[in-house]
Amino acid sequence: MGWAVALHGGAGDIPLSLPPERRLPREDALRHCLNIGVNALKSQQHALDVVELVVRELENHPNFNAGRGSVLTSSGTVEMEACIMDGNTKRCGAVSGLTTVVNPISLARLVMEKTPHIYLAFDGAEAFAREQGVDTVDSSHFITPENIERLKQAKEANSVQIDYTQPIQREVKVETHAADGDSQIGTVGCVAVDNHGNLATATSTGGLVNKMVGRIGDTPVIGAGTYANNLCAVSATGKGEAIIRCTVARDVAALMEFKGLSLEVAAASVVESAPIGTVGLVAVSPSGEVTMPFNTTGMFRACATEDGYSEIGIWSSRQN
Amino acid sequence: MGGWAIAVHGGAGVDPNLPTERQEEAKRLLTHCLNLGISALRSNLSAIDVVELVVRELETDPLFNSGRGSALTEKGTVEMEASIMDGPKRRCGAVSGITTVKNPISLARLVMEKSPHSYLAFAGAEEFARNQGVELVDNDYFITEDNVGMLKLAKEANSILFDYRIPIVGLETCSAGAAATESLLQMNGLPISVYTPETVGCVVVDKEGRCAAATSTGGLMNKMTGRIGDSPLIGAGTYACDLCGVSCTGEGEAIIRGTLAREVGAVMEYKGLGLQEAVDYVVRERLDEGKAGLIAVSNNGEVACGFNTNGMFRGIASENGFMEVAIWE
Repeated sequence: MGWAVALHGGAGDIPLSLPPERRLPREDALRHCLNIGVNALKSQQHALDVVELVVRELENHPNFNAGRGSVLTSSGTVEMEACIMDGNTKRCGAVSGLTTVVNPISLARLVMEKTPHIYLAFDGAEAFAREQGVDTVDSSHFITPENIERLKQAKEANSVQIDYTQPIQREVKVETHAADGDSQIGTVGCVAVDNHGNLATATSTGGLVNKMVGRIGDTPVIGAGTYANNLCAVSATGKGEAIIRCTVARDVAALMEFKGLSLEVAAASVVESAPIGTVGLVAVSPSGEVTMPFNTTGMFRACATEDGYSEIGIWSSRQN
Repeated sequence: MGGWAIAVHGGAGVDPNLPTERQEEAKRLLTHCLNLGISALRSNLSAIDVVELVVRELETDPLFNSGRGSALTEKGTVEMEASIMDGPKRRCGAVSGITTVKNPISLARLVMEKSPHSYLAFAGAEEFARNQGVELVDNDYFITEDNVGMLKLAKEANSILFDYRIPIVGLETCSAGAAATESLLQMNGLPISVYTPETVGCVVVDKEGRCAAATSTGGLMNKMTGRIGDSPLIGAGTYACDLCGVSCTGEGEAIIRGTLAREVGAVMEYKGLGLQEAVDYVVRERLDEGKAGLIAVSNNGEVACGFNTNGMFRGIASENGFMEVAIWE
């Protein structure tokens, strides 16, 4: 028993050659966010508060694809989505199509707590944000020069980047290398279990580079990108469309519930059965176990547990 | 291979005082849609084509809450959503916030087949619809007089419930409309006579053992604009895989929390339950005090339904000649 926290900043084809100037700021951000989570858990905050707090911090960090730093739609705009779920009560909230809300994850929590619904999207979600008085800014706040460049590349390649973490065209990989380094960013998420065994999960994202306006991914879909119950809390990242059809987050819990698998085995089994290169996830159990499997080249991730274990990584352990 | 089977629904949670005439009307429509599906299956259409065809028909008829006849938002507008899933490769498509597309289910299918995504919503979905050249109509086309009246009653009944699991206090004493006070049965905090869930759905297994599912809805009466329910969410309102096809209806938030449609597949896959067993288990164990119903088919030609509401509009048929259209238990 004891608390545990795990977070991710996206999974994808992160090149092993990622230059230090791209790698280090993200590792620092992961460490910083992990510490925030650890301190919150040490000061007896509820798991739900911890995951919200950590994801807010990740959203505020421009190097990850959520909040500020979100990738752009084909129209050059930002449309963010987020989802939060409390394990013991299975209460949950989700938002999509946000354009001005500084911290989408906190709006998702308000949908959970202040509306009769679970999921609000686009204009209705923005109207709700105003009504609740959350921080809003001009949409340009979220748009970084890197993401403008990334959209330009995607458009030149004339492709929706189904996996925005991959180089746009493999054959021109050398030329686009610098930009590739920048594109190794992803959805963010956090799972936590507190000292009282409360589980919670939160996921937030800007979606895909050059996505169609109106596209919804796995992140806000309960059971796909985000899920928690009394057995585990899960936040997934990767190719949204694959995660949706594999109902990834719920399946980790379902394998534990229906087949009696451990957290680690259940999570590994779900990730292995998804198409290669599509999924990564972080998960915790009530007894403080943590697992962070992925079938992509890498996943920005970090975790810590009460017994003193801590890890920050990008590629699989033998490569780190 | 057990041959084809099909099930359709027009929502779970039926007002016990629903006029007989409307009950008969609902049964006629369910029978008509079932027959449409049966003919299509006999002419060897694939499961995915059949579910789309049947749901289009349900959307086009104003009786149930989808397409024409959709429930209204608090602003009196229509925002429809739908999803479709093909079992063999688990391909799926979904749409939300649709205001002018005559048949949302067909747009969901186009998202699945013609876009790189699985789910499009609101303005982006409407734009995609225009690009695809699907049939568009004015938002007024979807709004029926019945639903304008229902919205008024819903507003008088003091709106929808904050959380369906928290008992409401005082609704009985508030100035609910006459129709509302007649019945204390509630779903999502609305008197059952106003609630009009009546989401539509269809599940099919074809002769080849391919399963598919489709669900379409106007959502909850008096919902906030922008509200997304369970119908477009893969794993919640709709799910299909190699083993089964499932379409759910009822209190959306309960269905989302329970990832209800996927659960049928999950307990078949991970616990080895048969279809009816899986359906019963899910309705009993996974609804967490919520009220809902579902229809399901398996790849060996079984068909099943289950609900914990008072009644579900439903029709079931299989290749061996079994056919049933019913509302109550």
